[in-house]
Amino acid sequence: MTTAVKARRWGWWFVAEHRVSHIRAYWITLLVTSLGSPFVYLLGLGLGLGILIDENQGGAGVGGVPYLTFVTPALLLSAVMQGSSQENTFGTFGGFKWTHWYITQYASPITPAQMVLGSQLGILVRTSITAACYVVVIAVAGIAPLGRALLLLPVAMLLSVAVGFAVTSWVATQVDDRGQLSFVERFVVTPLALFSGTFYPLEVLPAYLQWIGWISPLWHAVELGRWVMYGADIPGWRLVVHVLFLVALAAVTAALSIRTFERRLDK
Amino acid sequence: MADTRKGLLSPFVSVIRARSLTKRYGNFLAVDGIDFDIEAGESFGFLGPNGAGKSTTMRMISAQSTRTSGTLDVLGLDTNEYGPEIRAQLGIVPQADQLDEELRVFDNLTTYGRYFGFSRAHVRNRAEELLDFAQLREKRGVRVSELSGGMKRRLTIARGLMNSPKVFLLDEPTTGLDPQARHILWDRLFRLKEQGTTLVLTTHFMDEAEQLCDRLVVVDKGVIVAEGSPRSLIQQYSTREVVELRFGSSRNAWAAEQLVGIGDRLEVLPDRVLVYADHGEAALESAVHRGLEPTSSLVRRSSLEDVFLRLTGRSLIE
Repeated sequence: MTTAVKARRWGWWFVAEHRVSHIRAYWITLLVTSLGSPFVYLLGLGLGLGILIDENQGGAGVGGVPYLTFVTPALLLSAVMQGSSQENTFGTFGGFKWTHWYITQYASPITPAQMVLGSQLGILVRTSITAACYVVVIAVAGIAPLGRALLLLPVAMLLSVAVGFAVTSWVATQVDDRGQLSFVERFVVTPLALFSGTFYPLEVLPAYLQWIGWISPLWHAVELGRWVMYGADIPGWRLVVHVLFLVALAAVTAALSIRTFERRLDK
Repeated sequence: MADTRKGLLSPFVSVIRARSLTKRYGNFLAVDGIDFDIEAGESFGFLGPNGAGKSTTMRMISAQSTRTSGTLDVLGLDTNEYGPEIRAQLGIVPQADQLDEELRVFDNLTTYGRYFGFSRAHVRNRAEELLDFAQLREKRGVRVSELSGGMKRRLTIARGLMNSPKVFLLDEPTTGLDPQARHILWDRLFRLKEQGTTLVLTTHFMDEAEQLCDRLVVVDKGVIVAEGSPRSLIQQYSTREVVELRFGSSRNAWAAEQLVGIGDRLEVLPDRVLVYADHGEAALESAVHRGLEPTSSLVRRSSLEDVFLRLTGRSLIE
């Protein structure tokens, strides 16, 4: 019985462990892309688009800072959102249909709730690597001091978990893949990066499109990211709303995911 | 804690005990109020065609499927209440292997062992032991996708043994394997049985049930139609021997009419006529005596296939 008790308490950890053990198979690719993409994006946007925008703004920058500074937290966070979304889409669906991880775990003392929480923790390790690579590039390129750039990590982790549970809560209800998984990836998650105040302030959008930002976890995280990295001028009550939005999204969709897992596995 | 201990302290003879066990999916009654007891150290089989409710019953036993009604206790614990506690003590081999194809053979064993809360050192030792047991020592560092069907099955069995279970559940352990691979597997399972592991398996293969099961229930359409040891079932529902006669599909029915009176019973199948008799050779002689000329004939011992045919009027496969 002692091991059953241990599994009762630590099952989520063993699930995360399994998830992370898969990173070993592709850690070189992960590291190269995680370091390479911030380098390419920051170079391209900072030097090209950044110079153009800063010149047009007549030295005022965007939101009072150079464009590169403005866009950097958003780039990091949208990379984290997409990483989390991908892992949750194909990881969760695959866990039922392709890799059968969840089916296999269900033959052990692991509970559906532990699968949901443990998988998210495992995915968080992967998205944190992505975020950490950005932080390194930000610090090395001198966009922000390391101490400030490091503050982006907790924001990135909160976003990863909120997006992750949200995606999983939907994907877990999908029984067959008729292309809807990639569709949502390409036409819902990716476009979110364009409408979440990422490349320009949300206020630039016409009023009738701004609601996209308000319901987008990315926008809430990006606002927090700008505040922690360069002290963007955001009222305190709004910062609280941003945190609460992300926490609530994570909590509600985690609960929904657990319920779906429980029903789906008990056949 | 107190609850889980209750199951260990309460004296029980049966490791698995089902009464009026029922599972309903919407309007479909998959398992229709069955009763059975499985004792410690016994090797117990559910024999029946596809769709008889065998796998559903297995999933209920492994506390992976909530029953609709009735009672089901495994190791003294109610399966609807104590899923994780029950699964901690069971070995489960599902119908499909469901191995992690991206991981290597050894890592498939260790990651699974961890799910049961064992230390890393313990799961490594146990995995090494099981590599030998499953005869996969040379495949230790190979990716699962490179294994043959029989090897994957043995790995799945090894995986199910990671927690050294007292009760081992196998859902169609050898379906889809070639004869040689099946015999290797049977040999492994027989060793487990000798070590005192309680085996519970489903199969639609007669020879498998006869090889491995001390006792079995014949299941059809969600109900148990017979119960006993393979030998007693054959004695009860069949004769000692069977003569298989083939006259060509167009003449089988006609030939059967001519055979009336020979042996205890006749069964006409699309491709052959079965004559149930205690002395097969004598029955065959009588048939020839009546001027019948089968294109082929075979005298064999009765098997569970004949029991199933007798009980349900249908062959087990197809």
